[in-house]
Amino acid sequence: MPDDLVKLHDIRRTFHMGEISVHVLRGISLEIERGAYVALTGSSGSGKTTLMNLLGCLDRPTSGEYWLDGTEVSRLSSDARALIRNKKIGFVFQNFNLLPRTTALEQVMMPLAYTNTGLSDRDARERAAGLLKMVGLGERMDHRPSQLSGGQQQRVAIARALINQPPVLFADEPTGNLDSRTTAEILEMFDRLNRTEGITIILVTHDPTVAGHARRNIRLRDGMIESDTTREGPPKEINHHRRVAEIAE
Amino acid sequence: MTIRKTLSTAIRALRRNITRSALTVLGIVIGIAAVIAMMEIGKGSSGSIAKTIASMGANNLQIFPGTAATGGVSFGGGTSLTLTAEDCEAILRECSAVASAAPLVRARPQLVYQDKNWVPTFVFGTTPAYLTVRDWAQLAEGDIFTDADVRNASRVCVVGQTLVRELFGGENPVGKEIRVKNVAFTVMGVLTPKGANAFGMDQDDILLAPWTTIKYRVSGQSNASTATTATTTASSNSADTTYPGAASVFPAASSSSTGDNPMPPRFANIDQIIMAATSSDQIRPAMREVTALLRERHRLQPGEADDFSIRDMTESANALASTTNMMTNLLLAVALISLVVGGVGIMNIMLVSVTERTREIGLRMAVGARSRDILRQFLTEATLLCLVGGLLGLALGRGAALMVQKFLRWPVESSVEAIVASIVVSAFVGIVFGFYPAWKASRLDPIEALRYE
Repeated sequence: MPDDLVKLHDIRRTFHMGEISVHVLRGISLEIERGAYVALTGSSGSGKTTLMNLLGCLDRPTSGEYWLDGTEVSRLSSDARALIRNKKIGFVFQNFNLLPRTTALEQVMMPLAYTNTGLSDRDARERAAGLLKMVGLGERMDHRPSQLSGGQQQRVAIARALINQPPVLFADEPTGNLDSRTTAEILEMFDRLNRTEGITIILVTHDPTVAGHARRNIRLRDGMIESDTTREGPPKEINHHRRVAEIAE
Repeated sequence: MTIRKTLSTAIRALRRNITRSALTVLGIVIGIAAVIAMMEIGKGSSGSIAKTIASMGANNLQIFPGTAATGGVSFGGGTSLTLTAEDCEAILRECSAVASAAPLVRARPQLVYQDKNWVPTFVFGTTPAYLTVRDWAQLAEGDIFTDADVRNASRVCVVGQTLVRELFGGENPVGKEIRVKNVAFTVMGVLTPKGANAFGMDQDDILLAPWTTIKYRVSGQSNASTATTATTTASSNSADTTYPGAASVFPAASSSSTGDNPMPPRFANIDQIIMAATSSDQIRPAMREVTALLRERHRLQPGEADDFSIRDMTESANALASTTNMMTNLLLAVALISLVVGGVGIMNIMLVSVTERTREIGLRMAVGARSRDILRQFLTEATLLCLVGGLLGLALGRGAALMVQKFLRWPVESSVEAIVASIVVSAFVGIVFGFYPAWKASRLDPIEALRYE
């Protein structure tokens, strides 16, 4: 129990569209332990994106409890949730969401603008450079998104998601815009982050190949968990205490 | 989020789209430039208009001696002998609201030059300061007489344009000699034309001479004067029969009457003092100061009536005030319109910018920006744009005003208030017109913002 990073209890989410109420999530309870590698799958309209938004603290459930890293976050104010997103959560999006006309290094440093650590400019720069090296873009720190391929852009986004050393990384269709070769590259990177850095990875996908990389596969249907299967993989080599910063240095 | 981080984020965001930033700034640049140029040109024009009206005498004040009365019979304004040239000097020395002052002695003598004669409307005995008071300092020909001429009661004069025409047939009279009531005067200079005054009197039909000369050589006695002692001129021209002091209208005071009335005799009374206040809003203070000073000099007890009266040119002064007011309001209206146009431009571009950057806003929120961080960033961007625009506009406006001055020869007056105001106002415009877009940005839902296409 203490090692559960994510704990959901009877999460419901209802959208009101005029007179009609749409029950998108209808009582979801699950636990995800630290260091897990989870794929959320399901057909479109099954509620996986809504669940992802809730898990990512972008949205609040209509009812239910959500414990993230030991904190009940479902009733927090939007400012408090912004802080949680900044400190504890890394996001990777399908369309990368990089700032136009901004160098890779600045993209990665961007979340630090909203962090209240006494990190000096030089330290911030060093940490961002370390992460870019880790994702294999050490030579392209001054490149702008227009000068990078799709896979490279997604790697910049991954480095950005890791800048505040979050325990969990949420990825929403991270390979949806990539070809099969770069998809393999990105997935390999997720594998490595999960295996060697001990970062919990939760990704939403409808691609079975991508889902196949995860050790646990949660399948949603009509706002409820249809199946929750854990694949017997190779023994974990996770060192829980190793964090991104040490690797980046 | 610290101020430094906010600033650097805002600057980075502005630099990312330099064309759009430049175009946004352009609105404010033109607005502020228009304001500054309008203010400087307008202020110059209004200053020169005010000066023109002031030269008609709007800032002038006139002091007349009070009324003499005997046994309930009043002799009308200006009949008592209380004003002296020393009063005039004291006013100039001690009243800070008075810019210049000159004594005035009036006469109405006939002038003769060769075979022509003429009686001018105005023959004034005064000091050179008269021209300063009347804002008439420039002479068409020659020079004004000096203070030394006033001390010596020299027989010199300057004449107005009408006299040149009527008496000299249009030729240059400088150096010529005219006779004023049988006293020969040398013409030293010719005044520039001033035209008719507000009552239709020809102001160019004038002869100006030292007041001592008019008083003691021409009138012998001024229209109200009786016993006078020309202390300043006693030695200079005792042979002249028209020299005053020879005749004494009153019998010498007996010892008893001197004892009854220990007041020293007032020497050399004058008919009027004309003075100019330092500016139109100093007219009232000038009147207060002069009243207090003259009451003291004339040793009037509290409760005793003034033995002099001060008149201002209320009508012209009101015209001056209303003109200045109207110009100021006009400028303000133009300035406000330009700024509102500039501000709406900023708001327009910032709104477009918010829409265009919806995904960026969503992303920033997703990585931990709070609503107020977003609000602050967009407000900072708008304010920065306006400030930069304000500074550029300031330079452009000043440049335009200077060009107008150089090439069109319009009067231009720089104003510190306009400069300070334009900087403050441009920052204010940035905040006011930047607020709505910034607020809109901060209220975006991160989920929808991230999905925005």
